[in-house]
Amino acid sequence: MATRKTQSKTNVSADELKQFYRDMLLIRRFEEKAGQLYGMGLIGGFCHLYIGQEAVVVGLEAAAEEGDKRITSYRDHGHMLACGMNPDGVMAELTGREGGYSKGKGGSMHMFSKEKHFYGGHGIVGAQVPLGAGLAFADKYKDNGRVTFTYFGDGAANQGQVYETFNMAALWKLPVIFVIENNQYAMGTSQQRSTSSAEIYMRGEAFGIPGEAVDGMDVLAVKAAGEKAVAHCRSGEGPYILEVKTYRYRGHSMSDPAKYRTREEVQKMREEKDAIEHVRDLLLSGKHASEDDLKAIDKEIKGIVNNAADFAKTSPEPALEELWTDIYADA
Amino acid sequence: MTSNRILPMSRAISEAIAQEMRTDPSVFVMGEDIGAYGGIFGATSGLLDEFGDGRVRDTPISETGFIGAGVGAAMSGMRPIVELMFVDFFGVCMDSIYNLAAKNTYFSGGNYKVPMVIMTATGGGYSDAGQHSQTLHGTFAHLPGMKVVAPSNAYDAKGLMATAIRDDSPVMFMFHKGLQGLAWMASPDGAATVVPEDTYAIPFGQAKVVREGKDATIVTLSMMVHHALDAAEALAKEGIEAEVIDLRTIVPLDRDTILKSVAKTGRLIVVDEDYKSFGLTGEIIATVAEHDPTCLKSAPRRLAVPDVPIPYSRVMEQFVLPNAKTIADSVRASVKGA
Ligand SMILES: Cc1ncc(C[n+]2csc(CCOP(=O)(O)OP(=O)(O)O)c2C)c(N)n1
Ligand SMILES: [Mg+2]
Repeated sequence: MATRKTQSKTNVSADELKQFYRDMLLIRRFEEKAGQLYGMGLIGGFCHLYIGQEAVVVGLEAAAEEGDKRITSYRDHGHMLACGMNPDGVMAELTGREGGYSKGKGGSMHMFSKEKHFYGGHGIVGAQVPLGAGLAFADKYKDNGRVTFTYFGDGAANQGQVYETFNMAALWKLPVIFVIENNQYAMGTSQQRSTSSAEIYMRGEAFGIPGEAVDGMDVLAVKAAGEKAVAHCRSGEGPYILEVKTYRYRGHSMSDPAKYRTREEVQKMREEKDAIEHVRDLLLSGKHASEDDLKAIDKEIKGIVNNAADFAKTSPEPALEELWTDIYADA
Repeated sequence: MTSNRILPMSRAISEAIAQEMRTDPSVFVMGEDIGAYGGIFGATSGLLDEFGDGRVRDTPISETGFIGAGVGAAMSGMRPIVELMFVDFFGVCMDSIYNLAAKNTYFSGGNYKVPMVIMTATGGGYSDAGQHSQTLHGTFAHLPGMKVVAPSNAYDAKGLMATAIRDDSPVMFMFHKGLQGLAWMASPDGAATVVPEDTYAIPFGQAKVVREGKDATIVTLSMMVHHALDAAEALAKEGIEAEVIDLRTIVPLDRDTILKSVAKTGRLIVVDEDYKSFGLTGEIIATVAEHDPTCLKSAPRRLAVPDVPIPYSRVMEQFVLPNAKTIADSVRASVKGA
């Protein structure tokens, strides 16, 4: 078995570990299925898969409470599944069908759920960051104790609006956690080639925002860091930055020439750092679960994902009348 | 040198850039993934290998910063070609474009020029939803101080790019993704053309009559030229001869070619992949109406994206985009007075 640099020692129950395994596996299998449907021409446009990064949202969702908010970029399928949105509705949006979360109008990059406090799904790199501060502003205004998880990438971290937002969030002590999902690449540009100093988590220092780097391939480490950040925000101390070091196994989107990194680099990450394998090892070595238990989970997930794909294929195409609805709030 | 090689539009653009870079050291290129990646729509392919990363510079995702830096570099004598990956991202950097690039020549009383090309991808049709599928022709053409170019094929793209780089004013060079000839996005047959190897420049403000006809004038540009030509082909079988005008540049606009054609045909159909209201289609019709409304034998018509955000769903998106059938229907109705 491959060796790992980090071995988390957090106390965690067997049930919780199993839940992590299940939640991460759901994202992975869902994304694999989405990749297949894309290949079959059932999904169009650019479709950005989350494979490899599963531990980030699953760990952070474990630190969230009911009513907390989340907002992210176009690489959003994992976030939606992790916050409990229905896989059927997500997959049907990918196929642009009536049963999709946005009635087929939004597609992969544009989905929302009021019920799960998920505020999108945004196609413009970095644009969600000030929105996240606005969500936190509303919570602080209402004094409701909620926090907002604002996710963005290492590439997005070079957008100017991120720093305007950092300043306001610190100035107004907004309960927002800036989660930088550093998967080392922005499309074909590696972080070294785009970023003047490697430690993105330190970029809040000038504004007085605490930040830390987290091993994003270790769901337990992510959860622990998330809990710390949440506690900071809820206590009224203002924003917190988590730079979560992760890796995407697939191309930037489904049309990625993959010329900017080697196969070996990807292979090495998969073999040595895979977050799902990590939890699987913990479960088996700690005798928290047997191979059969895990097989049962695999089977359950397969069922959920197959159902989602069936739903997404059979949900009707949207009626053209839908074109003219939702343009304005009242029409 | 003669040759009949056929190039896709993406290669024609990168060739024009390379040729200008060879003769003018002040020309450089910057943008997101334009180096090793060659631009996600291929417009800068091969440039890094020939010119190195000093002149072909990958930028961070910082449009406000690097497009503004392009304006500054242009004011100090450089000739930047800056790629805005999708035109839809203009929101992040519009101030640099319309308040600075477009106005600094005027507000300096001509002291400073801004010889900059902003090259950007437009258009939809491949289910990418409304933050990645717009053309926004009218948005940029509306603002004084910038020239706006939107080629429909490789030959024009090469010549217009050469002109854009040599022009002392800021130029928006808007290429449609679906014309680039990419492995992963089908292009219409007419987009790749014979492209001479020598440099050549196509002057701005000269529309091209790409098909002659006596019964109706279709004025269009970019991707829609191909749909209009397909429509004209179908109409010809019914005995309707449509003239098709490819605008090539929106600013400056070749109003004379339009007026001359409509004077001949008496019917006008304008086709644009941009939003319908307050845009290019209205401008063309107003041009004719202001000049001589009596030359029209029937009400002018326009086909454009109805005023909705471009939806993701394929059926919905295909419905809002003009196509050969809707164009032919419109011409037919115009000719037959339906
Ligand atoms: C304003 C803007 N600029 C550029 C793009 C094109 N684009 C989409 S994703 C992306 C890379 C973003 O990288 P990162 O923030 O690291 O997120 P990741 O894709 O790695 O999750 C780019 C350049 C965009 N959508 N919006
Ligand atoms: Mg990234």
